[in-house]
Amino acid sequence: MKGLKRQIDKMKPQFEKGGKFEKLHSVFDGFYTFLFTPNETSHSGVHIHDSNDSKRTMIMVVLALMPCCLFGMWNIGYQHYLAIGSMDQGFLSMFIYGLFAVLPQILTAYIVGLGIEFIVAQIRGHEIQEGFLVSGILIPMICPVDTPWWMLAIAVAFAVIFAKEVFGGTGYNFLNVALVTRAFLFFSYPSKMSGDGVFVQLGAGQPVDAFTGATPLGQLASGSADTVITNIVGSPLTSSDIFFGLYPGSWAETSVFCILIGMAILLISGMANWRIILSGLVGGFIMAFVAHHWASPLYPVSYLQPLEQLGLGGFMFAITFMATDPVTACRTKTGMYIYGALIGIIAILIRIYNTGYPEGAMLAVLLMNCFAPLIDYCVVNANVRRRMRRVTVKNS
Amino acid sequence: MSKEIRIKKGLDIPLEGGASDIEVKDTLTERFAIAPDDYPGYTWKAAVKAGDTVKAGEPLLYAKEDENLCLTSPVSGTVQEVHRGERRKIEYVSVDSDGKEEQYDFGKLSDKELQFAALKRSGLFAMMRQRPFDIVPMVDIKPRDIFVTAFDTAPLAKPLLTDAMLPYLETGLKTLAQYTDGKVYLCVAAGSGITSKAAEVYEFSGPHPAGNAGTQIAAISPVNKGETVWTLDAVTAVRIGKLMSEGKLDYTARVALTGADMKNPHIAITKIGASLSTLLKGEVNSEKGHVRIISGNVLTGIKEDMENGWLRWPYRQVTAIDEGDNADEFMGWATVSPKKYSVKRSFPAFLKGLNKPFKFDARIKGGHRAFIMSNEYDKVFPMDIYPEYLLKAIMAGDIERMEQLGIYEVAPEDFALPEFVDTSKQELQKIVREGLDYLRKETI
Repeated sequence: MKGLKRQIDKMKPQFEKGGKFEKLHSVFDGFYTFLFTPNETSHSGVHIHDSNDSKRTMIMVVLALMPCCLFGMWNIGYQHYLAIGSMDQGFLSMFIYGLFAVLPQILTAYIVGLGIEFIVAQIRGHEIQEGFLVSGILIPMICPVDTPWWMLAIAVAFAVIFAKEVFGGTGYNFLNVALVTRAFLFFSYPSKMSGDGVFVQLGAGQPVDAFTGATPLGQLASGSADTVITNIVGSPLTSSDIFFGLYPGSWAETSVFCILIGMAILLISGMANWRIILSGLVGGFIMAFVAHHWASPLYPVSYLQPLEQLGLGGFMFAITFMATDPVTACRTKTGMYIYGALIGIIAILIRIYNTGYPEGAMLAVLLMNCFAPLIDYCVVNANVRRRMRRVTVKNS
Repeated sequence: MSKEIRIKKGLDIPLEGGASDIEVKDTLTERFAIAPDDYPGYTWKAAVKAGDTVKAGEPLLYAKEDENLCLTSPVSGTVQEVHRGERRKIEYVSVDSDGKEEQYDFGKLSDKELQFAALKRSGLFAMMRQRPFDIVPMVDIKPRDIFVTAFDTAPLAKPLLTDAMLPYLETGLKTLAQYTDGKVYLCVAAGSGITSKAAEVYEFSGPHPAGNAGTQIAAISPVNKGETVWTLDAVTAVRIGKLMSEGKLDYTARVALTGADMKNPHIAITKIGASLSTLLKGEVNSEKGHVRIISGNVLTGIKEDMENGWLRWPYRQVTAIDEGDNADEFMGWATVSPKKYSVKRSFPAFLKGLNKPFKFDARIKGGHRAFIMSNEYDKVFPMDIYPEYLLKAIMAGDIERMEQLGIYEVAPEDFALPEFVDTSKQELQKIVREGLDYLRKETI
């Protein structure tokens, strides 16, 4: 590695001010710090630092997403072969089918998003920030498998520029970039983002007769009180199917099991705050319980058992990976409880009572992103009032 | 009866290189210096020039704002240099000891006014700090309370007091009590058994920063707008006690030589302002080069040069660690090395336990970023303040918001642990220092 470092160090002057490739300074710097941890030592204040930096933080989140991602890839293949009635395929070919189905999306998201980040970093003259490492993998994971790459490219560009860079980049955005991408797609191209035709990739294959591509929540939304949720070929879904995620949906968010693994990684490594997750789950459960208790044929989704309600769709995924984004969530402890609980409640509320949207998690998180600064403001001001009262008590 | 306070938030950083209790008298050091930068809040002017002869306890510097407020020589001898830096700012005044230890005699200090004058004149007044602003106390402001800290919880710190000091401590506390209408609080470590009649004693337990004055004030009686409190360590109180009872200054400093790069970490008995080149002679493991010498602890200490550095205020610890600027770490963000410490458990080291000593170097280990992680500072910040919001108010220069969020209660050292754990590697202590200076400039 020493040799490699010497080589790269030799190239360095060309990328600095006045050098031949001055315009690529940020790109060079980005790759350099990616390969070698900077040797910068502390100038002021503390002389030693915790080893965790933002690169490590992002990598831990990506790691936590991996179980969902890998399972999602396999599930795409599984659903595909199930739909065309070719279940004799092995595990590996299912996985490879899914991998190649989503690879273009992942590459598109990274190339467009990181491209914009690199350009902005160069214009502003700061280091490339690694926030998009997470967003880039998250975005394809919460989209239907058949999302055309050009739509994704437009949506990513929109989100990175207008939800993040205009506010100052990583750390300054008030909306979750991945969810803005998803929302942009959802409202701009609704026919490609919902309905029965987008969540299972059929490819060139002919579907079997019993095939219906509806997601469980999609089936319920157009069903009645005694609708039995089924998989795509008409067999009823068991609780374990729901837990392990063997049904169609935005491809990485179906498996509660994998989400729980990811949640454990986030919580143990201290990257996500348990307060948001806990209060989100409690809020969602309470809302689901209330809705179930007063279930009405007008809103067929309300007939779902509370636990099934939480296990289906994108709820768990949103609570674990979206609501906990520290930049866009509440930053005070009290605020976190309120923020999480409201996301849980609103997500289930939208899902059940707004029949136009089969899933409400995305909108709930985006809505609460908008309110997070206000909640924090109120919590901090309680502290301010406490301090002011101390002064007045003293002076009276 | 003392009252007990348990500090829950905080962190004891498991640093390699703790000092043994062996005490070794420093016989080598002959050159001592006082650095005016250690005494913020006043403008210091030289009272001597190179070649002058001084006794121990005679002024080297005096304050432009009050000529009776002095910084004094720790030894008797010849002034070696009044060292000036940019724009003729005095960086230090150094004195070569003549080995005779001649002392300036302050005489019998019978009443309150004489004692106060002696306090100012002896340099001991300048060893105290006031809140707000974390500066040497303003002489004309009567403090609401006085907080004396009798223990240090910083990484690798050693106990401050020995049994022989306790009688003087009591005298010192009694003296201090005359200058406030409020109380003198003596904050001791739980189980230390130190008692006092002159002061109200509080026993603290829990992790660092339990031993910081800021933490103790916050737990006992926070500083409000318009109030001033004095803070000092118990060693200064002991020196005050000695001055009052014997009329002489005691400049002895018990210095813990600590850190992974110290060959035999132990306690050195020397005087304040000792030259590090002799104090650390043969002590530092510097064969590889790239060693950082810190006068103080790793959180709040000052980076000093081995050859030209001095033992700086508060004169109780020197730490030597690897600089780390020669490390070539390939893809450090992906490492699974068990040697990397993080409170976040994002490195495998947590599997073997985070209480075993780790070897740290001075690298910041990442790039500077905006605030990203939330609730990170709060875990190590045991005051009823939202550190992140206060920092943002300081960065924005919003004085009203700073006041509302508690800037009068804090000192830069209170933000040392948040700075250590910060994922975004921001220079928090510097931000707070600049905020305090700005606030002081704007409000006075």
